[in-house]
Order: sequence, then structure tokens, then C-alpha cells
Amino acid sequence: MNETLEKRHMGLKASARISNTIIYIVLILMAVVWLIPFICIVLQSFRVESTWQVGYVIPQKWGWDNYVALWNSDFKRWYLNTFVIALCVAALQTVIVLCMSYTLSRFRFKLRDGLMRFMLILGMFPGMLTMIILYRVLKDLGLTQANAVPGLILVYIASSGMGYYVSKGFFDTIPKSLDEAARVDGATRAQVLYKIILPLAKPIVIYTILTAFMGPWGDFVFAKYVSFGTSAGMNVAVGMYGWLQLDQIGQKYTMFCAGGVIVAIPVTILFMCLQKYYVEGVTGGAVKG
Amino acid sequence: MKQYSDLEYLRLSKSQKFLYKLASFFTAIPRAIGNFFLAIGRFFKNAGLGVGKELADIFLTFKDGDWKTKTSYLVMGFGSIARGQVLRGLMFLLMEVVFIFYMVTAGGHWMSMLPSLGKIGPHEEYNEILDAYTMVYGDNSFKILLYGVLTMFFIVAFLYTWRLNVKQNQLAEEYLKSGRRLKTGADDLRSLVDEQFYKTLLALPLTGILVFTVMPIVFMILVAFTNYDGTHDGYNNALFGWQGLSNFRTLLTWSGSGVNYSATFGEILTWTLIWAFFATFTNYFLGMFVAMMINKKGIKLKKLWRTVLVMTIAIPQFISLLYVSKMFAKNGIVNGLLLDLGWIKQAIDFWGSTAHNGLLPRVMVIVINIWIGIPYLMLIATGILMNIPADLYESSRIDGANAWQQYTKITLPYMLFITGPYLLTSFTSNMNNFNVIYLLTGGAPTNAAASGAAGSVGYTDLLITWLFKITTGAEAQYYLASVVGIMVFVVVAVISLVVYNVLPSIKNEEDFQ
Repeated sequence: MNETLEKRHMGLKASARISNTIIYIVLILMAVVWLIPFICIVLQSFRVESTWQVGYVIPQKWGWDNYVALWNSDFKRWYLNTFVIALCVAALQTVIVLCMSYTLSRFRFKLRDGLMRFMLILGMFPGMLTMIILYRVLKDLGLTQANAVPGLILVYIASSGMGYYVSKGFFDTIPKSLDEAARVDGATRAQVLYKIILPLAKPIVIYTILTAFMGPWGDFVFAKYVSFGTSAGMNVAVGMYGWLQLDQIGQKYTMFCAGGVIVAIPVTILFMCLQKYYVEGVTGGAVKG
Repeated sequence: MKQYSDLEYLRLSKSQKFLYKLASFFTAIPRAIGNFFLAIGRFFKNAGLGVGKELADIFLTFKDGDWKTKTSYLVMGFGSIARGQVLRGLMFLLMEVVFIFYMVTAGGHWMSMLPSLGKIGPHEEYNEILDAYTMVYGDNSFKILLYGVLTMFFIVAFLYTWRLNVKQNQLAEEYLKSGRRLKTGADDLRSLVDEQFYKTLLALPLTGILVFTVMPIVFMILVAFTNYDGTHDGYNNALFGWQGLSNFRTLLTWSGSGVNYSATFGEILTWTLIWAFFATFTNYFLGMFVAMMINKKGIKLKKLWRTVLVMTIAIPQFISLLYVSKMFAKNGIVNGLLLDLGWIKQAIDFWGSTAHNGLLPRVMVIVINIWIGIPYLMLIATGILMNIPADLYESSRIDGANAWQQYTKITLPYMLFITGPYLLTSFTSNMNNFNVIYLLTGGAPTNAAASGAAGSVGYTDLLITWLFKITTGAEAQYYLASVVGIMVFVVVAVISLVVYNVLPSIKNEEDFQ
């Protein structure tokens, strides 16, 4: 009796070991697949024997040439543009999103439901549709091409109130009894927000700042539209996209790799430091829909 | 279809249950659509009744009101000022002054031009000083339409304020009659950080949305009814004007002026839906699978696996997408490696192969989208999976369930239940996933059969990238872009409505004991 049980136990253990081994193999393969492009991009950024695309990964001659070339190109300007945009957007968009989501979570006013439904419907229009007119308007205001940076900031933050879902979900989880207790003690609604809710909402504030900061680094379409071929007004995405087009890829491919590394490193470090908050926000957002 | 009661339903066999669920899903669709139209009807009926009530109310207020109230019908805010609510009164008055000033100086002009979108186009005129014909520019259709929309919004805002002004008078009279004190300006200001704090908080975000989202969308919807394009830009080369529904007809019917828009549109729409389906569900299930593997008991280094995947979220997409797209280029690393290994004789054209309707590039974008999307879905799934009570699994194991049964009976229903709305939004945002397609393929390879109607169209083009191409091409058919944009909206709205109406009925049945 005991023996058979033990045997069964051993069998279970063995099958668990087999399935775990399979899982380890899959996970290792996945880690390789997910990391390889980034390893390749770093390696190729140090390749100095040729500037175009080649079919091998390990450089034959190593050097900093591509980074030096980057320093002497318009890349500096693009980087600065993107950085300024990202900082401004992170600050202003956070304020707007928090205002919006806190209000919709805590206040019950007459047009609340209608407003939320209206924004849901607005969100179903492709954002690209409005680019044509926004571009013309920005052009009339003189905020395109070389002056694209303020124009882009304006457009990015203006409609950011529509992305309130995740942080509203977070505010919904803070018990309302806290508000009520403070109100009984004579605090105004504004004081409740600054003194009670905001300190509790630190994770979602950091999440909002983080996503707002990361957004402009990857934006491509509208930035392309607004800079319209003027190098001084481009962000990194638009500028570096040009390097991979047929007329430039022969000279600029390895520079693209170097630029990619320079762009990715600070954003990735920041992201990894604040990873905890990002994960919280993403999971919470999906659960509440 | 026969409706079962709960008891009858429970008595059905497994396959019958499944068929029943499926059938009730599909029979619910016409009802959902019907409900939608009923809702629209109800909306208009209520709106009509509401307007009637408002008008009657305005009339009665005038009839029963005192002279302060009556004067306020012409001079906004007069009643408020006369009753001591100076701040409110001044705001009303200011609105009226600004409105009249704007309408006299500009608004009236734009409104009068709106029906024609400009009468005098650019033309040549005799210039006496130069003794030659020179180009003279007339009206600007674009500005007429833009400021026309702006003026319409302003008129609506003014009417609303006027109505508020009347209402204020009515309320103030009631208050005074019943002997209550009216709110002073200081009270109003204080209330803006207290009871009415929401108005303060919403002012900035809503203004932004109104100016930079609502008005542009209204403008672009109107453009769909004009012939605004590169050759009719409204100022420099020709005016544009109203065209009625002809743009929609061109896109939707099979006959066009020598070119076949509807076939192109249908083809791109089909691929857009296929893409959205695969992009959403491959990511969803594979992401969930990866999360389950990492979470499995006995797997070590959980943090490391997660970190490797999460790190790829941080890297801006344009870098990873552009780089991966170049990796798979004809002279890229992947082909180089495969050639070195001797697995292939000549380089595979991953992005350019048009065989089988561009099957290879289409599969490639879906596969690479999996690479992009899994880390994100892994995060979401991990968070949810950890919330599933562990004793559910314990008790099911005691009952003899194997891993697959546990998955289909516990994990999957739980995930679907919680992430239902997320799946929907992810489907619709995939329909509009510009970055992945544009940065990977730019829409290539060219679909010769579909091209021509509106520039070149590729096999991997989504409606959204097509829209972009239309507006940036040499001809820049803005009107067509608007029509396509409206179509995208219609498709997204219909899918969302149907799913939202059907979802709850499915959800209720997904109870897990």
C-alpha cells in the first residue's frame, strides 16, 4: 500500500520535473528571442568597418565612430526637442488627467454620465482624422516646422483628459468614507483633494507621470506631420526614421543603432526604477476596463 | 429560438449547453441592433419633449416675472445685478457683450459665408500699376469652414448662457419670495473650491478636449461633405464647396469615375478586421500562457523572466519596430544567418512577397506584434491570475481535475470575465494600430489590384494607414480621408455596441462555483 503511494508520489514528482524543464527551456528561448534585437542593436552601434546593413552581427572592427557621428549630427537637436516635450507633457498631462479622473470618481453632477459616454464615443474616432485640421491651425499659429515643439506640446496635452480611465479606477478604490470624515471636520473639497487624496494616490501619480513622459519618445505620426521635413523641429522618432529610408540607410544605418541605444538607455533606466508603479497601473487599468 | 428556463438549461448536456449559448449569442445580435435604433428614437423623442418644455418654461418665466426678470431677457445679468448678485450678473453681461461684439465684427461674416464656403476664388485681375494681370486671392474656404464651426459652437454656448440667465432670475425670484438669502459673489467663489469644485477641476481638461478634439472632429465630419483636396485647397488654387453625400456614394457603391473605391475599401477593411482579431487574441492567449508559465509553482527566477520581458516595454516602439523590420530585410541579419547556416539558398523577401495576397508579410506583422504585445499582456494576466483564489485550484485537484480542465473551467472563465471590456478596447485600438504597421512595413507590399483608386495601397495597409497615405500623397484627398475616418468610427461603434449589449448575457452564465 505504502509502496504504491510512494511510487505515485515519485511519478508525480517526475512529471512535475519534466514539465518544469520544458517550461525552463521555453522561458530561456523566449528571453533570447526578446533580447536578441536589443543585443544586436548595441553590437551594431559599435561597428566601424561599414555604415550600411550587413548580414552578420559581431563587428569586425569596434569603435565609437557612430557615437561621434551622432554628436556631430542633428541628433542632438532632436534629442533635446523630445526631452523638452516629454518633460512638459509629463508635468501638464499629469495635472489634467488627475483633475479629470478625480472629478469623475468623486463628484456626482448632472452631466457626469453623459460626459463619460460622450468621451467614450469621441474616442471611437480615429485620432488621425483630426491631424489634418490641427496641422493647418498650428501652421496658421506659426507653430509648425522649426517651432514644432510648442505646437506638439499643446496638442499632446490638450486632449489628454480623455485618458482618465486608469487613474479613475485607482481613485475609485480609495474609500469614500475618508472624504466624508474630512468633510465633517470642516475641510473643503479642495482641501480633501490636496491633503487626503493626493498623498494616498502617489502610485497612480507616478504611473501617470511615467506614461506621459514615455509617450512623446515614441510618437511618430503627428510629429512627422508637424515638423514637415524641417530638421530643427523633429523629435528623435521622426529624425531617425529618415535615416532608415532608402536614400540614407547606406550611410546612416549604424548611426541609427547608436541613436537607438542613446534614446533607449535613459528611458529604460527610468522605467525599470519605477516599474512597480507601472505594473500596478497596468493591471488595475485592465481589471476595471 | 426556444428559450430555456434555468432548470431546463442545467439539464442539457454539455454540447447542447454550448450550442444554446452560441445560438443565444447570435440571436441577441439583431435584438441588440434593434435596441440601438430604439434608443436613438427615444433620444430624439426625449430631446423634442425637452426643447418644448424649455420653451414653455422660458415663456412662463417671462409672463410671471417682475420687471427685473423681464429686462434680463434683453440685458443679460441685469436681474442678478439688481438683486445684489453682482459677480454673476457681470459674468452674464460680459458674455453678452463679447458675443455681440464677435458676431458683429467677425462671426456674422463667417456664418453668412458658410452655406457657400466662399464665392470669389483665386483669379487674375488687371493691375494698373504693373500694367499686367496678377493673381488675386479671394475667399478662403478652409477658414470659412473653420470659423463657421467655431461660430456655431459660440452661438450654442451663448444660447445656453442666456437660458441659464433666465433660469437664474426665476430661481432668485423664488428664493426671495420664500424669504431665503441669495448667494453672494463671495459665496460663489467659495463654492468653486467646495461644492462646485468639480467645475474648477474640469474647466481646463474639458476646454482642451472641446478645442482640440470635438471641434476638429466636427470640422472633419463636415469636410466629408465637401471636395477639399490638394487641388481644391480653398485659397491658393481653388475654392472647395459642399458636395452632399457624393463622397460616401463614391466610396460605398461599386461604380466610380473609372476607379473602384469600394473594392479597395472592402479589401482594406477585411484585412483590418482580420489583423485586429489575430493581433488581439494571439497576444491575449499567448500572454496569458506566458504569465501562467512564469507563475507556476516551482519555477525559479520569476523576477528575472518578468524583468526581461518588461524591459522591452520601456524601449520606445519606433526603435524596436524599425530595427526588427530591418532585421528581416532582404539583406538583414535574419537572412544572413539563414544563408550562413545553409538553410535557404537565396534571401527570403519577408516584406515584399506578394504571393497569396501578401500572406507572408501579413503573417510577419502579426508575429512581430506578438513579440511587441506579449510583455504587456503578461503583466496584465499576472495581476489577474494572482487574484484567483488558490483554494479553487486545490478543491478542483481533489475532485480530480487535470491541468487542462483547470484552465478551461477556472482560469479562462475568470480571465474572460474580468478582461472582457479590455478585450474590446484592445480590439478597437488594434484596428487603429498605426505604429506597428507603418513602422514595420509602411503598408508594403503594394497591392496592384487595389491601388490606383487613391494612390498606392499595400497588402498590410490598415484603414488608418491608408487614411494617412491619402492625406499625405500628392493629391491629398482630405475629403476621402474624412469619409474613411467616419467609416472607421462606424465600424468601431457598431462592434462596441453589439459586444456591450451581448456581453452581459454571456457574463451571467460564466459563473464559477
